[in-house]
Amino acid sequence: MNVLTPKTRAEIERQRNRYPHARSAVLPSLWAVQHQLGYLSPEGMKEVAELLRLTPSEVEAVASFYSMYFDRPGGRHHVLVCTNVSCALRGAEEIVSHLESRLGCPSGGTTADGAFTWEQTVECLGACGGAPAMQVDHHFQENLTPERVDAILDGVRGAPAAEGHAGRPHRAGGSAAQRAS
Amino acid sequence: MAEYKLLTKDFGMDGIQTLAVYERIGGYEGLRKALRSMTPDELVAEVKTSGIRGRGGAGFPTGMKWSFLPKDVHPRYLCVNADESEPGCFKDRALIDENPHQLIEGTLIAAYAIQAPIAFIYIRGEYHDQRLLLERCVEEARAAGYVGRDILGSDFSCDIIVHGGAGAYICGEETALIDSLEGFRGQPRLKPPFPAVKGLYGKPTVVNNVETLSNLPHIVLRGGAWFASVGAEKSTGTRLFCCSGHINRPGTYEMQLGTPIRELLEDECRGIWRGRSLKAFQPGGGSMQVLLPEHLDLPLEMDAVQRAGSALGAGAMVFMDETTCMVDVSMRLVDFYQHESCGKCAPCREGTYFESELMHRLEAGALTPAELSTLTDICDNMNGKCFCPLGDTATWFVMSAYQAFRGEFEEHCGAGGCPVKLRNSQLVSV
Repeated sequence: MNVLTPKTRAEIERQRNRYPHARSAVLPSLWAVQHQLGYLSPEGMKEVAELLRLTPSEVEAVASFYSMYFDRPGGRHHVLVCTNVSCALRGAEEIVSHLESRLGCPSGGTTADGAFTWEQTVECLGACGGAPAMQVDHHFQENLTPERVDAILDGVRGAPAAEGHAGRPHRAGGSAAQRAS
Repeated sequence: MAEYKLLTKDFGMDGIQTLAVYERIGGYEGLRKALRSMTPDELVAEVKTSGIRGRGGAGFPTGMKWSFLPKDVHPRYLCVNADESEPGCFKDRALIDENPHQLIEGTLIAAYAIQAPIAFIYIRGEYHDQRLLLERCVEEARAAGYVGRDILGSDFSCDIIVHGGAGAYICGEETALIDSLEGFRGQPRLKPPFPAVKGLYGKPTVVNNVETLSNLPHIVLRGGAWFASVGAEKSTGTRLFCCSGHINRPGTYEMQLGTPIRELLEDECRGIWRGRSLKAFQPGGGSMQVLLPEHLDLPLEMDAVQRAGSALGAGAMVFMDETTCMVDVSMRLVDFYQHESCGKCAPCREGTYFESELMHRLEAGALTPAELSTLTDICDNMNGKCFCPLGDTATWFVMSAYQAFRGEFEEHCGAGGCPVKLRNSQLVSV
């Protein structure tokens, strides 16, 4: 039985037909899977392999290389905080400790209510002019202070994970409606 | 001398992200001129005359890169490198956010010059909103006849495919970008063969940076000779400098090449913040060697900065004030390279691991002087011995900082913590 919806499968087929060689559609196809499932499940990757006429191991080998693909479910919203030099010079560590205490879990963890997975990254996000910066569901949030972080988190906490963003269904928490959103 | 706005002159204009506004200010006239009045060879010659060098970091002359394509081997491909991930660099994001059609027009001009039927824009995964913007703009341009078959009634056809990455700094290296675009792990390939001969899908391929391509409409409209009159002799035109760190006004500033770095810092960035003084800066992003206040009078010119022992690289200026711990900065950069090492070659895969482990213990004040002295050995075993420049550049900043701030590195040994941060906290509490 397919785990991917007809819509996701159609998107993968559309991607496959965009390129001179079908294999080029692996990355966009994996994005389509992650947008639906919230992460890359083995079953989802197997379906990508079938649609692109690759082996599951070929697809998994690609998926495991890239840091933005998730190999497990997480919170509905994803927060990524830059700790590279430009952000560190302007207070990234303060933002990291604030998030840790505010969300009650260490970097890489998910909040008890399943609303947020957050992590710090040394990968420069390209927002150095607005340092310190983070991304929430792929959107840049810049010139952060602990107060601004609180306001941003409050703003997205209640909102469903928008399509195309990193929002992921949570393992235990998260209702069926949230998963569907 | 203030900013010289060529690529950024329309930044902030209302609706510039739409085709209607871009056309109203003369957009796509460069493409029209190229298609109607220039042969591809004439276009390559014009770009050679302009003297423009690649804005991605290596600074290779663009026209010359194009002319390396073997004659009569088709199809050829153009890849637009929008994988900007260099620490401190955010200019390509600004060029996409603030004038996406300028990039698309430049892409089409380059594709015409090299006769590529498809141009791929490889944009880093983190630039999600920028990818959606580019996709929308490409469709807008397609509907208006700028993308697709027989562009503007000519016999030149070109499609543009926007391709999102998924988090990998190494994909900014051109052969890794090609591997990633083909649907593989993004690992660099052995060169030669160079992409110009055997690149995407085994075909001749040119990889050009976003900023490089954004210059092309201006070069076509105003001429290569005019472009060559802007900037410095061997660094023609302008560059967007991404300024960040301890300055009063961080941001992207477009400067004529040849302007002294001091003017960029004092006039545009409004100097070092909080009334403090400059301790050090990095002129070309995370990969480049540290420079000192005495280097502020160097011109923003590729070769001059290189002679001073660093490089303009991708155009990122990170300024650090007197309270900065150079060990901490080095540690963060080393961590970055360890995280981003693709794992293909041993010197980089293992070396960045050793470097990172050592720098963390040094910053924690837990290293002995004998252990610190191994840093040079580790870096010697990486620099020039890695498969691609990532491993080399993983040593450049830390080695230059170790040389310039040796006392500060040694002071960390056995200190039981970071002595610089300790001093800073004492300053604050007094």
